[in-house]
Amino acid sequence: MADEKPAKLPESVEGKVLFNVPFPADLRQLKSMSPIVVMQPYRIDYIHSYGQDSPFFAGLANGRLLGTRCGACAYSYGTPRLHCMRCGAECEWIELPLEGSVHTFTVCHFGGEQFLKETPFVLILVEWPGVATLFLSRLAGVDCARPSLDWVGMKVRARFRRLSRFDPTDVYFVPA
Amino acid sequence: MRPVYLVCGGVSKFAKARPEVTFQAMVKEAYDYALADLGLEFGKAAELVDASVASYFSDHFMRQLKAGSMVQDYLGLCPKPSRRVEGGGATGGLAFQSGWEAVASGRHELVLVYGWETMSRVNTWKGNEFIALASDANFDYPVGGFYTGYYAMMVVRHMREFGTSLEQMALVSVKNHGNAVHNPYAQKRTAVSVEQVRAAEMVAWPLTLLDVCVMSDGAAVVLLASEAGLARLERATGRRARPARVAGVGGGMDAMRMADRPRGEVMLLPHEKPGDYPGLKYPGVHSFRAGRMASKAAYAMAGIGDPAAELDFVELHDAYTSSEIQTYEDMGLARYGEGGRFVESGRPFLPGLDYGVALPEQGRLPVNPSGGLLACGHPVGATGLMQAVFALWQLQGSIGRHFGNERLQVRNARRGAIHSHAGTGTYVVVSILERAFP
Ligand SMILES: [Zn+2]
Repeated sequence: MADEKPAKLPESVEGKVLFNVPFPADLRQLKSMSPIVVMQPYRIDYIHSYGQDSPFFAGLANGRLLGTRCGACAYSYGTPRLHCMRCGAECEWIELPLEGSVHTFTVCHFGGEQFLKETPFVLILVEWPGVATLFLSRLAGVDCARPSLDWVGMKVRARFRRLSRFDPTDVYFVPA
Repeated sequence: MRPVYLVCGGVSKFAKARPEVTFQAMVKEAYDYALADLGLEFGKAAELVDASVASYFSDHFMRQLKAGSMVQDYLGLCPKPSRRVEGGGATGGLAFQSGWEAVASGRHELVLVYGWETMSRVNTWKGNEFIALASDANFDYPVGGFYTGYYAMMVVRHMREFGTSLEQMALVSVKNHGNAVHNPYAQKRTAVSVEQVRAAEMVAWPLTLLDVCVMSDGAAVVLLASEAGLARLERATGRRARPARVAGVGGGMDAMRMADRPRGEVMLLPHEKPGDYPGLKYPGVHSFRAGRMASKAAYAMAGIGDPAAELDFVELHDAYTSSEIQTYEDMGLARYGEGGRFVESGRPFLPGLDYGVALPEQGRLPVNPSGGLLACGHPVGATGLMQAVFALWQLQGSIGRHFGNERLQVRNARRGAIHSHAGTGTYVVVSILERAFP
């Protein structure tokens, strides 16, 4: 906005722990009492399985990008599916080319809490000739302050994290 | 199937946070309003209503499982049966159709559908994280799960494919915020200009803060009835009801991962011809195939051949300015690729309001006369039901009574559509409502 925002200290939920609240002598005053708002932390570790998609993550840890192809109808998947959406047959693992192009993109200046500290970052959908579906990834090495529609179609090359996290960010792309 | 009528509804105050009430009390606000509007007393309603459908999206936001049963008891509806329906952003629209099914099938005569969301219980960015968990948690979410980012990628492809402009998207924001100035239920009631939309803080390029709806706490309810149910209500209240008939329902789905959407042929509506879209790869990530599927089924059931000519207004799921433009096309209000020019023409604006821009065909088919999600807010489980309530009031001609002013009343509205949509176009439902009283 054109107008300058008034100076403001950053807000956070840190503060004092309160162990008591005022209470009126007259119970009729209770309905005008402010709501009591308490902090309830919630954290859990899931023992999550990638199931039949596991080889994809093993591939990333070994510098290989895997998709799948239907054995029956030959439809091919840039993000692996072990059963074909079109005919239901079982798919086979294939190796995808490390070079593809940007089908579409965005620059995220905000994000879910988990990713907020990584902003700004670029999300892309990667396409390959002859592969029917796309792959969601990050694009590094472009200027987040200068996004342009011309990025659509940009040739990009896969890079792999040296220290695998066993999540899909073990691969990301850079301009080829 | 039997005819089903939408009899009455209510909407609570939508706000960024409602810490002064629990979710049950918030639903009761909307319920009490609906009953008062009909002239039905609480105890009598508990006696007459056969069943309910509970509409809420995220268990994470409340950290309370089976919350529907807590609303059922708060509204005094135990031991009547109830069920929960959930489908992301489309939860409200799905619950509405679930209520319709319960009546149309002959199982129940009177079904209450209630919906809510309390999104203020976590901070905005944790909330965005919860919402992003409604994308593939193995392949999409960990890459940087953020719904505004997903929609931004979809519209970038729309811009590239069809030449849709940032100014056209901003016009949707101008329209919906401009309408909401006159809607006392709306969370945001400040008009904005195209320049302000583009100058607002960037969220995910090219979508700014004013291209994106906000999170809300809020609730909405509707009451659905068979003919026998209507007669029951009229006997109890001693008044003639002024209902809308649910003339058509439709639904559709698409693959959870945008990456998996095919690139094939357009699914045509009756007013379109093969050959209208040479070379267009459909739906890709630029269009919502589920929205087309839902519209096609709803129009077929309601006997609609050309929706732009045969609907008097539309309340559609504008979580993003971009998705409103994309939805014009899915619903056949404009051809694929012409959604941007449709808003520029002024057709989806209300007649008689000054938006501060020149609109050559202003007001031919008002879309989101209420202000939509962009300005009213989006308390997920309540949103689709809020649309149903506002649509009913349009068809009754009672906007003036409910809003305290007539500015958003579509003159002589006889038929409208409501459209509810979930994450990147996965679940989409469309329902057609028609005035059903003399
Ligand atoms: Zn196959």
